[in-house]
Amino acid sequence: MTQETLKPQEKKALIELLYQLADDDFLLAFRGSEWLGLAPHIEEDVAFSSISQDMMGHANLYYNLLENIGEGEADRIAHLRSPNQFRNAIILEEVNGPGTYLKEPDYDWAFTVVRNYFYAVHKHIRLDSLRHSSYEPLAEAARKIMTEQYYHLMHWEIWFKQLMTSTDEAILRMTAAIQKVWKDFGGVLTLGPYYEDIVKANLIDDENVMKKRWNNKIEAVLKEVGASYPGEPRMERGNGRNGVHTEDLKQATATLSEVYATNPATGW
Amino acid sequence: MTVGMSFNQLSEEEKMTHFLDRINAGEKIEPDDWMPEDYRLQLIRLISMHGISEIMGALPEKEWVPKAPSLHRKLAIMAKVQDEMGHGQLLLRVAEDLMAPLGKNRHDIMEDLFSGKLKFHNVFHMDAPTWGDAGIIAWLVDGAAIISQSMMLDSSYGPYARALKRICAEEVFHAQHGESIILAMAEGTPEQREMLQDSLNRWWESLIMFFGPKSAKETGNSNADKNIMYKIRTKTNEDLRQEFFTKYIPRIWSLGLTIPDDTIRFDEDSQMWIYKDADWSKFKQIVSGNGPQSQNRLDLRRRSYKNNEWVRTALAAKKAI
Repeated sequence: MTQETLKPQEKKALIELLYQLADDDFLLAFRGSEWLGLAPHIEEDVAFSSISQDMMGHANLYYNLLENIGEGEADRIAHLRSPNQFRNAIILEEVNGPGTYLKEPDYDWAFTVVRNYFYAVHKHIRLDSLRHSSYEPLAEAARKIMTEQYYHLMHWEIWFKQLMTSTDEAILRMTAAIQKVWKDFGGVLTLGPYYEDIVKANLIDDENVMKKRWNNKIEAVLKEVGASYPGEPRMERGNGRNGVHTEDLKQATATLSEVYATNPATGW
Repeated sequence: MTVGMSFNQLSEEEKMTHFLDRINAGEKIEPDDWMPEDYRLQLIRLISMHGISEIMGALPEKEWVPKAPSLHRKLAIMAKVQDEMGHGQLLLRVAEDLMAPLGKNRHDIMEDLFSGKLKFHNVFHMDAPTWGDAGIIAWLVDGAAIISQSMMLDSSYGPYARALKRICAEEVFHAQHGESIILAMAEGTPEQREMLQDSLNRWWESLIMFFGPKSAKETGNSNADKNIMYKIRTKTNEDLRQEFFTKYIPRIWSLGLTIPDDTIRFDEDSQMWIYKDADWSKFKQIVSGNGPQSQNRLDLRRRSYKNNEWVRTALAAKKAI
């Protein structure tokens, strides 16, 4: 399918899916960028800031796809929507830890590794499916993103396995982080209220199929590092795909749009 | 040198003569070559300060990364701070090789930073309260950095010269990114122009300070002179500052901005820019860790270093799986 051949119902489904894809990457890239200068060592600062930059680029690609099907300018979409119009999963908007990126950041590296690794595994599965999306511009974007995302997945997998098989303290912290992420990670794995239309339009695989792939992969990795699989991840704080969000998203969007919102009409 | 006689049998004086002959002939000194202790110490001082300045220098711009006012600007500034971190890493690796024979490593560099023993560049101690500052930093601070680093591209120390080659290439992109932000604001609304002028006013004295005082008289420090002797650098602080003026003052004026120094002018007779000098006692205060943001930014690094201690311990103790 191309823009011209989309039926109205398919277009609605496509728009919903694109917002999910864009907002997931946008928010997690933002949380990643807050880590700059605060990572465990300088080499990680270099690598992580590169990953965050890539992910911001991926969000940008998706926002541009939205612009191309008439959702308005990409910058407006990214900066001027109200929090309840965002479609990202709640776990991806969550702060990195106590404090802010400007003041007294007591950021949690274990939480960051777990969240990014689990997300990277899902993103990989999602992209793998999107490569065959019926909407050709999306399939093309997915193929492009995949070439970078391969390294992100590798990066976080190394961190995850290293820390899960290291000191007692590291294992303790990582285990606590897994429990924390597990409570809401179900929100990443869902396609939201338009799920049936999205799948019917062959935009992406059935969410149950992708969920199963994710669970199988994570179960195997947990087993490999000697940890137990806690059962299906949950969605305790609600479904971000429905526009349900936390205070953390309000803080995030206020920061992201602080300058742009002062005058969206001018060039910056 | 007598045939068959090893270099180690030479007296210290002969080694020194041989060393100076080499650098005067334009040869590069490599990490494992003999070098006078003083040369090693000068390099460690210069390169660790440069490396740590790149790392601390990412912090003021980082404040503007999420707030950058478009997706395009967000991507560009993310790429820039990532580059700066990469420069820091590259330079610290060079410094670490030089420090190894003294039994020192990365940990010592970080501890020296935290204790205030290792200083970082004056500009990175300053406030960056608006988006205009992000533009001025990228355009003029990076522009100044290109001028001072280009001078050392032919440094007598091989690893430093090679690192700088890569760094300068990237800095050119940074300055272009900065110039693009500046142009957008200069051509924008009255509020944008005002914000820009305000940033320039705020940064001007720091930019004068960037190149260091005119001579040893102002600080009682002769590191620059020594580094010229060792061919680590080739120009004086004032040479560099004049080059900066020649390159940037006409550009600043052409944008319709005002330089906050009404005495500034080009003197045809001396072929030099006449300007109001910086307050060098203030400079000393700033680089000693008493600038407006010195302790806040140091605290960010101290705090994260401490918070992540468990990670470094875990990596060191990693078991194979």
